[in-house]
Amino acid sequence: MKGKFPVVKNLKIFGVISILLCITGFVSLILLPFGTNLYNLAIDFAGGTQIEMNMHTEVTAAVADEIAALVEEQTGVKPEAPVATGTERDHVMIRSTSLDTEQRAAIIKAMQEKYNLTDDDLEKSDDVSASVGNDLKKKAFTSAFVAVVLMLVYITFRFEFTSGLAAVCCLIHDLLVMLSVYVILQIPLNQNFIAAALTILGYSINASIIVFDRVRENMHIARKETFEEIAEKSIWQTMGRTINTTLTTLFMVGMIFILGVSSLRDFTMPLLVGIVSGAYSSIFLASPLWAFFRKHLRKKA
Amino acid sequence: MKKSIISFLAVMLIIVFLGVSVITGLYIPAGGGASSSTDTEPEKGRTIIPSVFDSENGIRRGLDLVGGSSITFEAELPEGYDNSRLSADMSSAIEILRYRLTLEGYTEAQVSQQGDNRIMVEIPQIKNPEDAVQVLGQTAQLVFADADGTQWLAGSDIRSASSEYGSTNQSSLPGYYISLQFTKEGATKFAEATASISKRTDDRSMYIILDDQVISYPTVNQTIDSDGCVIEGSFTEEGARQLANLIGSGALPFSLKQVELRAVGPQLGANALSTSLKAAIIGIILVAIFMVIMYRLPGFVSVIALGFYIVIEAVILGLLKVNLSLPGIAGIILSIGMAVDANVVIFERIKEEIRNGKTVKSSIDAGFKRAFTAILDSNITTLIAAGVLFFFGSGTIVGFATTLGLGVIISMFTALTVTHFLLNRMVDFKIKNPKVYGA
Repeated sequence: MKGKFPVVKNLKIFGVISILLCITGFVSLILLPFGTNLYNLAIDFAGGTQIEMNMHTEVTAAVADEIAALVEEQTGVKPEAPVATGTERDHVMIRSTSLDTEQRAAIIKAMQEKYNLTDDDLEKSDDVSASVGNDLKKKAFTSAFVAVVLMLVYITFRFEFTSGLAAVCCLIHDLLVMLSVYVILQIPLNQNFIAAALTILGYSINASIIVFDRVRENMHIARKETFEEIAEKSIWQTMGRTINTTLTTLFMVGMIFILGVSSLRDFTMPLLVGIVSGAYSSIFLASPLWAFFRKHLRKKA
Repeated sequence: MKKSIISFLAVMLIIVFLGVSVITGLYIPAGGGASSSTDTEPEKGRTIIPSVFDSENGIRRGLDLVGGSSITFEAELPEGYDNSRLSADMSSAIEILRYRLTLEGYTEAQVSQQGDNRIMVEIPQIKNPEDAVQVLGQTAQLVFADADGTQWLAGSDIRSASSEYGSTNQSSLPGYYISLQFTKEGATKFAEATASISKRTDDRSMYIILDDQVISYPTVNQTIDSDGCVIEGSFTEEGARQLANLIGSGALPFSLKQVELRAVGPQLGANALSTSLKAAIIGIILVAIFMVIMYRLPGFVSVIALGFYIVIEAVILGLLKVNLSLPGIAGIILSIGMAVDANVVIFERIKEEIRNGKTVKSSIDAGFKRAFTAILDSNITTLIAAGVLFFFGSGTIVGFATTLGLGVIISMFTALTVTHFLLNRMVDFKIKNPKVYGA
């Protein structure tokens, strides 16, 4: 193991790096119940109406203002500033609080008349009421909670509680890193986030388990090695796998990110971050934390 | 050696056969061989393996891929609503939505109940979703009228409507009929109506009209002064249930409010499908190149196993008639990335064993054996996440959970069995230079 960077000894350094990566997501999450929302909550959670139309010409700031005025004139509701979307910036996204079907129909009709558009130019029209949004929020928290508990139980059963604890720490770390990315890049936090988050949950724990499996094996044959030494050895024995698997998954997800339509990009960006974060946490946090917990529990016992 | 070549070729043949089948589809022709196919429409008969392009018998495409609208309505229950009748009322509401969809010509639409008091309507390829929301969401206008158009009763006069089976009197044979119960006011009005209609000489029908369409016109034979009545006819069970639900919808004590709308234009949907496919193909090629460079011969074998995995996944998704939407495709693409993981774990282990001085043959066996627990435990935890998503998620997320979960199970199978089998054949071919195994 000469010449290799000692991972376990430097847990403190990695801990600090991790805290820095997580802090934005964590603080934003804490602030949420107090009415301060730093996320770009999509209508899926927040409720609201979102209409996307193909304008066939670049949507300039002037056009966007014009559209905002038109929406207000038709509905009496002042929308958020319309955003130009699409690779050619020739689509416009109108977003406001939840409108009823008459109001939405009025907007679409007025847009079609003013800009000479047809029914085919209505790319997307979404409306989510506040009650549906709240249900989704509840479901998101329930599913994340249930998934984490079940995984913890399984790992405790197959390995030991300290491994489960370390794995869950890594999980929470990865989720917070993803949330930080959502805040910093202002990616719309929509129902795809639940899918992305749970994928990373599974993926990250997957990576941690490969290392723990090696720890389990090394514990059986170990004689005088300390927990730190076993952890260190296991990390390096599984390093090739962690890096290569991360790369193959990144190839697939990366391609969807590069080529995919905008809704898929919003989904794959946090996945990319989560996959990298999952690899990082399974290498630099999982087994060092396990060794730390194990030592700590021993002292008490 | 000869045996090895044959079994190796057999595996390759199976992959090619399944691969071709999922593209063309595999069907038993109708009429047991003696095909009597007319010129109008070639009959396909029973499906064994549906083609991936066959959205009727195989993988269904989600609205975000073909374009269309998904509209969710919620029953706005008034205060003091008797919750015990909710499920019957919801059936009525679903029936009237189906009825309206048929009237509007949306024959491919799907209606399903979500939770206790929500109904989701999915209409493919509709371009003006707001029209549908308005037509579907309007309050049911039910009237009982005579041949002159005089309206005698309205929906609010009906307490309930149900379909029943039995004889309505001693002389008639048992059959399905519809039983109506009136409110107190309704009973009085109904007595007046039947008194008037039964005296007529021209047309003694009572026209039951829903949303300006006649849904039934039973003949009135005498004055009925009662708080209920029955409509007889040669009803089938389904016909009686439908009519009862439709009449019952006129008495629905709640209105349907649209609480969610997801509309995707057909163009956007088509783009989403083609770009995802392109991403998948390029991604797979990159993964294949990477595996061959990193692990040489085992890498090549794992690419074959990956091909096996992809065709099996396509067959199973088709047989299960999975509703595939964008997150579902993302689930497939992600699971392909993860499918390789099991092989990476095994191959790293094999390399290690070879480095420790074992022979290639015993290194392969030891690699598979030692890697098994890691693969099993890591896949089960991913399955836990997919399972939770499947049971707690809604809509498109369930599709994602399905493809991810299936992908994990299938990939574990192909990585452990197909790769192992093929690698052993390679050893039989006397390819034993450790360098070929990436060590």
